[in-house]
Amino acid sequence: MRLTRRYRFAAAHRLDSPALSPEENRRLYGKCNNPFGHGHDYVLEISVEGRVQPDGMLVDREALDQLVESQVLRRLNHKDLNRDVPELVGVPTTENLAQLIEGLLQENWTLVPRLARIRIAETERNTFELEAVA
Amino acid sequence: MLHPKNSHLMFLTRKVEFSASHVCANPAWDEAQNRRVYGANANPNGHGHNFVLEVTVSGQPDSVTGMVFDLRELKEILNREVVEPMDHRFLNREVAPFDRVVPTTENLVIEIWKRIDPAIRGEGVRLHNVRLYETADLFVDYGGEA
Repeated sequence: MRLTRRYRFAAAHRLDSPALSPEENRRLYGKCNNPFGHGHDYVLEISVEGRVQPDGMLVDREALDQLVESQVLRRLNHKDLNRDVPELVGVPTTENLAQLIEGLLQENWTLVPRLARIRIAETERNTFELEAVA
Repeated sequence: MLHPKNSHLMFLTRKVEFSASHVCANPAWDEAQNRRVYGANANPNGHGHNFVLEVTVSGQPDSVTGMVFDLRELKEILNREVVEPMDHRFLNREVAPFDRVVPTTENLVIEIWKRIDPAIRGEGVRLHNVRLYETADLFVDYGGEA
């Protein structure tokens, strides 16, 4: 069984790879390469997987919320992903963001069910999803 | 023309809604302990949700009808087994087994699975997933596993 909880955070980013020339960056990332950056209201879904415990729940909602709040939302909400989040290695694409979130949660995971899936909607039209390493 | 050899495994999902109230509390515990475990969900007089249920059936389109499963039949099963007994009900008091099983969203999906699975019948057809949204920001998926 999987339980999924949805969270929201707003953050700014600029997509620019140091391995590419300014012209190549402009061509590859388009508007996302705007030097002054831009932002999104990200919608984050965290799924946990396991068995229902004797209290009838798969996971303590408050413990899950606290973990996501302390490890993820506090780090990312209303931040500039290029400047304010040193843990985010590489271009701050939503792909890299999903992998960072997986790492932050796994390193500090104390919940009974396992982390199963991370899904981030950058906008309503663009969604990125990964299955967590078991 | 439908070629049977090209008949793919598909997933068909139907959504229904029902509103119900519940209390999440273990009768063996006192109110303070129930509050610690279930938070505001333990309020003894109950509270309600607009539950949204998504039921996914898997199978291959039938060579005659072109359908995986008759949507009208699925609608009737969901109405009979879930919506009619649960919509606008106090789950703990009016819907078995929630007089003795805590009606968390997890236990609700297990009960819904038990109620509808026997009715999803057909060659190669099976109930694949039951997803229940307690709110837009919290949902549970269940595939019938033990």
